[in-house]
Amino acid sequence: MTQEHRKFICITCPRGCALDVTMEGEAVFKMEGNSCKRGIDYVTGELNDPRRMVTTTVRVRGGVHLLAPVYTESPIPKPRIFDLLAEIRKIELQAPVKFGDVVIENALGTGVNILASRNIPAKSEAS
Amino acid sequence: MADKKYDVIIIGAGVVGSMVARFLSRYKLDILLIEKDFDIGMGASSANTAIVHAGYDPKPGTLKAEMNVVGNQMFDQLAGELNFTFERRGDYVVAIGPEEFAKLEDLRQQGLENGVPGMVILNGADVRRREPNINPEVSGALWATTGGICDPFAVVVAAAENAVVNGVTLMTDTAFQDFIMDGKRIVGIKTNRGDFSSRWVVNSAGLYSDVVMHKAGLRPEFKITPRKGEYYVFDKAEITINNVLFPVPSATSKGILVTTTVHGNTIIGPNALEIDDKEDRSITREGLDEIWQGAVNLVPSLSLRYSIAEFAGLRPGGNAPCANPDVKYNKDFIIEIPKEVDGLVNLGGIESPGLSSSPAIAVRVVELLKGAGEKLEEKPDWNPIRRARPRFRDMLPTEQKLLIENDPSYGRIICRCENVTEGEIVAEIHAPIPARTYDAIKRRTWLGTGRCQGGFDTPRVVEILARELGVSPLEITKKGKGSEFLVRPTKDKEVE
Amino acid sequence: MMLKEKYDVIVIGAGPAGLAAAIEAKKTGVQDVLVIERAQELGGILQQCIHNGFGLQIFKKDMPGPAYAQHFIDELAGLHIDTLLDAMTLNVTSERHVYATSRWSGFVELDTRALVLAMGCRERTRAQIALPGTRPAGVYTAGTAQRFVNIEGFMPGKRFVILGSGDIGMIMARRLTFEGAKVERVLEIMPFLTGLTRNYVQCLLDYDIPLQLQHTVKRIIGNDRVEAIESVQIDEQRQPIPGTEETIPCDTLLLSVGLIPENELSRKAGVSLDPVTAGPFVDEKMQTNVPGIFAAGNVVHVYDLVDWVTQAGFLCGRNAAQYAIAERKHHGRRVKMKAGDNVRYVVPHVLDKESLAESAQRLQMRVTLPIEEPVWVEVMNGEERVTRKAELYVRPGEMVNIDIPQSAYDAVQRASELSVRVVRR
Repeated sequence: MTQEHRKFICITCPRGCALDVTMEGEAVFKMEGNSCKRGIDYVTGELNDPRRMVTTTVRVRGGVHLLAPVYTESPIPKPRIFDLLAEIRKIELQAPVKFGDVVIENALGTGVNILASRNIPAKSEAS
Repeated sequence: MADKKYDVIIIGAGVVGSMVARFLSRYKLDILLIEKDFDIGMGASSANTAIVHAGYDPKPGTLKAEMNVVGNQMFDQLAGELNFTFERRGDYVVAIGPEEFAKLEDLRQQGLENGVPGMVILNGADVRRREPNINPEVSGALWATTGGICDPFAVVVAAAENAVVNGVTLMTDTAFQDFIMDGKRIVGIKTNRGDFSSRWVVNSAGLYSDVVMHKAGLRPEFKITPRKGEYYVFDKAEITINNVLFPVPSATSKGILVTTTVHGNTIIGPNALEIDDKEDRSITREGLDEIWQGAVNLVPSLSLRYSIAEFAGLRPGGNAPCANPDVKYNKDFIIEIPKEVDGLVNLGGIESPGLSSSPAIAVRVVELLKGAGEKLEEKPDWNPIRRARPRFRDMLPTEQKLLIENDPSYGRIICRCENVTEGEIVAEIHAPIPARTYDAIKRRTWLGTGRCQGGFDTPRVVEILARELGVSPLEITKKGKGSEFLVRPTKDKEVE
Repeated sequence: MMLKEKYDVIVIGAGPAGLAAAIEAKKTGVQDVLVIERAQELGGILQQCIHNGFGLQIFKKDMPGPAYAQHFIDELAGLHIDTLLDAMTLNVTSERHVYATSRWSGFVELDTRALVLAMGCRERTRAQIALPGTRPAGVYTAGTAQRFVNIEGFMPGKRFVILGSGDIGMIMARRLTFEGAKVERVLEIMPFLTGLTRNYVQCLLDYDIPLQLQHTVKRIIGNDRVEAIESVQIDEQRQPIPGTEETIPCDTLLLSVGLIPENELSRKAGVSLDPVTAGPFVDEKMQTNVPGIFAAGNVVHVYDLVDWVTQAGFLCGRNAAQYAIAERKHHGRRVKMKAGDNVRYVVPHVLDKESLAESAQRLQMRVTLPIEEPVWVEVMNGEERVTRKAELYVRPGEMVNIDIPQSAYDAVQRASELSVRVVRR
C-alpha cells in the first residue's frame, strides 16, 4: 500500500501539537508529534467526520440592529458549512429576538439547531 | 448647455481662491467659485505647516516678500471677522552651532528689508529658557514676533462660507477644462458640468495654475513642479512643544520644523521632494526618515512612540521670474492681469508663503480689477462677519451644559479622542458649504485626528452622514466618489 | 430611572470587566451602583465578537461573545443596578467626581465613593505603524471592520489583505469568507503566529487562506480606494529584503496590529500608568494609586480570554464595594463645620465625632465684620444650640476660639453639619 504523509495541528488543547501522520490508504499507520492520546482522537475525527462550530449573523426586521448573531448548538459537518451559510442567508427574523431562539431546527438534516446568540429588542419609536 | 452670465469666475477654492471670493463678495458682482474636488481646500491649503509667516524668508523685492508681510498683518482682523483660530505666537529660527548663528543676522537684515517688524536675535541661553527641550547645542535664534499659527483649512472654510453667505455661488466637483474665447477676449469657461460665461476669470488653481494659463496661451515656459512635504503628528498628551521652531533655512525649503499647532498637537516636517504626479500625496519611508532626522536635530527628546498620524502635502512650486528684472529670483508668485488676453486675473505658483499672503493677494486682485476699469460698487448689506459653529471641546462645563440643553445632539460624543459631538457633525453637514464626506467632516471638526484615528467614530459618522443626507450608508465616501467605505450589505441574498 | 447625585460605586464601561465589577459590587452589599456606557447597549466589544470560544473556563461551555455578554446583562438587570447608556465620560477627578454627557440625560455631574475604570482598549492604527503609501478608503482596523460586518450590517470590501496574525485578524478572515468575500493573504511581521493556534487552524487553514510569516506591508496603493498592497519579506533585523516585493491586488487592508489599553480618563484622574502595559499600576485589590479608584479588564492590560477578564472584574467590584462601604462608615463618623452669620471661616472644616470622647475640640475662626458690643459665638446644629461662648467684641483682625466640650458628645452625634455664628447679646 502506498504511504502518504499528512500534517495536522491538533486544537484539542492550547498546546497545538504539530502532528505528522503517515496514512496507509484511509487508515492511520503512524503518528508523530502528539503529546497525548487526544491527538489521535483529533486526527481520527478530522479524517472521518470533521466538524466545526459555526457562528454567523442573520437578518432581522424591526429590531434595534439589522443583524442578529446566531450559532450552531453543536458542531456541524465541515463540508456542509457553506450550504448552512446559504440557508441562513435566506432567513429574516422578526424582532424581538431572544437569546436561545431556534432560528433553524435540524439545519440541513444534520440534527443541529441554529440558535440566536443574544436578545435583539424591537426598535421602539422613541430612540 | 444653459449659460449663466457671471461677472467673475474663480477657478479653485483653496485658500487663495476663497479669499479672493470673500473680498470680491463685497461688491455688486455675480461671482462663481468652482472647485474640481469634492470639497474645498483639498489641495495645498489643507496639508501644510499651518504657519502664518513673519516674512523674513522671501527674497526682498519679490511678490512673495511683499504679499507675505502685508498678508501677515491682516490676519488679526480677519481672524476676528471670520472667526477662525489664529495665534500670533512668534516663531524662532533656531541656530545649532556657531556657523548657523552667523546666518541669523543675515535673515534679520533680509526681514528688515522686507518690512518685517519685531525681530530680535536671542542667544542660546534665552532659547533654552523658552524651549527647554531644544538641542542643548543651540547657539541662538531669530525670534520673529509677528509669526503666527492657524488652522489653514478653517481659514479656507471661513473665507469661502463668508463669500457664499454674501452671494457667491460655489460649485464643487466642477473642473475647468478650457477657456471660451472671443478673439483675444475670454468670455467664459468650459467645465465638466457645462459652460459658463463671464467677463473675468481668476486663475487660482494652485497645482494646476500652469495648466489653466496654458489654455489661454499664456506663459508656455511656466511650469508647476509639485514639491512634496511629509509630516508626523504627535499625541498632544505625550509631547508638547510650545513654540514654532524653524531650522536655519536652505535653498529649497524653509526646513524641517518642530512646531505646535492651534489644536495643541506637535507636528514635525516638511521635507521637500520634487515629483511629477500632481496627485501623489503618498507618505514614504524615505520622506518620514528625512523629517525625523531634521526634527531630532532641533528637539532631540522627541520620540516616534508618540506619533499618531502622518500626512503629505504638495507645494505648487512655480518657475516664474520676479516681475522686477533687477531681482534675481526664479520662483516668484504670478499676480497679474496679462496683456496677451483680456479678462483674466492670473495667479500662479502660489506656494509658501501662500497661506500668509492669501488676504493680501485677494486685496491685490481687487486693486488689479479696479485698475483695469472695473467699477466695483459696494453692496450696502455686505456682511464681513462670519460666525464659527460651536466647538464642544473648547467650551467650559457650564457652556457645554447649556449647549446640550438647547440641542441634545450635542450630548452625544462621536469622536472620543477629540470630544466631537453629533451636534457639531450635523451642523457641518447643513452648513452654508455642506460637508458631505468623512474627510470633509474631519477637516472641519478635527474628528478622527486623535489616537484612534477614526477607529471608533467611522461607523458612527457613516451612519450620521447617511441619515442626514438621506442616502444609503453604501453611498457614504471618505473623500468623494470612488472612495466609498462600504461595498454591499453583509446579507446580500446572492453572494458572488 | 432617576440618576442619583452620589453613588457607592460607578463603573465606567459595560463590557465584560465592567459588568462583572458592577454585579459583584452589588452582591457585596452596596446600595447604589451605576454603570456608564458610551454605546447604546450593554456588553461592550463582546456584542460584535459573534464567534465562539467564550466561557470555556467559567461556564464550561463554548459560547459566542454576545451569549456570554447576555448572561451578565440579564444578571445585572435583575440586581437593580443603574445604567446610563449612550453616555461618554468626559472627565474623572481624583476625588472621584465624574462628568459625563449623554444625549438623553444631558450633561451630568456625579460623585461616587468608589470608581471602577473598565474602558477596555483601542486598536493600534495604521498611522502608529507609519505604513507608507497613499491614504485611500478601504484601510480599517480589524475591530472597525468587525463592527461594520456584524452590527452595522455592511461589508467594507470584497478582496482583503490582513496585516497581523493576531486573533482579531484571523477571526475576521473567517468571518469575511463566510460572508462571501475573498481573503487573499494574511501577513505577519513576526516569525511566529501571534494569535491562538486553534484560530490558525479553524480560520485560515480550513479556508485555504495563506499566511506569510516575516512579511509586512511595504506600502498601500490606490488614490480613492485601496487598489493593491505591496507586501515584502523581512529579515531577522525586521528590515525589508529587496526583491521580495509582491503587489497583491485587493480593495481592503485590515490591520490587526495590536491593542492598547484606553487610559485617557485614568490619566485625567491622576492615575499612574505603567509604560510597559500602558495600563494603571494596580495592587492586589485592583486599586490604582488613587484611593478609591479601581481598574479591571483590558484597560489594565490586554487579556487573552474573556473568562479571566470576568474574574478580574469580580475581584475589582468586590474591593470597590468594600471601599465604598468603609467610606460610608467613615463619612458617617464625621461632621462638617460651616461658617454661619458673620463668620468668614471655621477651622477645622471637618470633625471626627469620636474625637469628643477623648477631649474637648477647639474651633478657630475669623469674623467678617467687627462688632464692638458683647456677642455670643454659637455652635448650632440647625436650630439646636450645641455650645456657645461670650465675647466682649469681635474683630476680623483677631482670631476667635471656641471649644466644643465633651459634654456635647451626644448632640454632635446627632448632627451631620454644624454651623458657627456670631450674634449680639
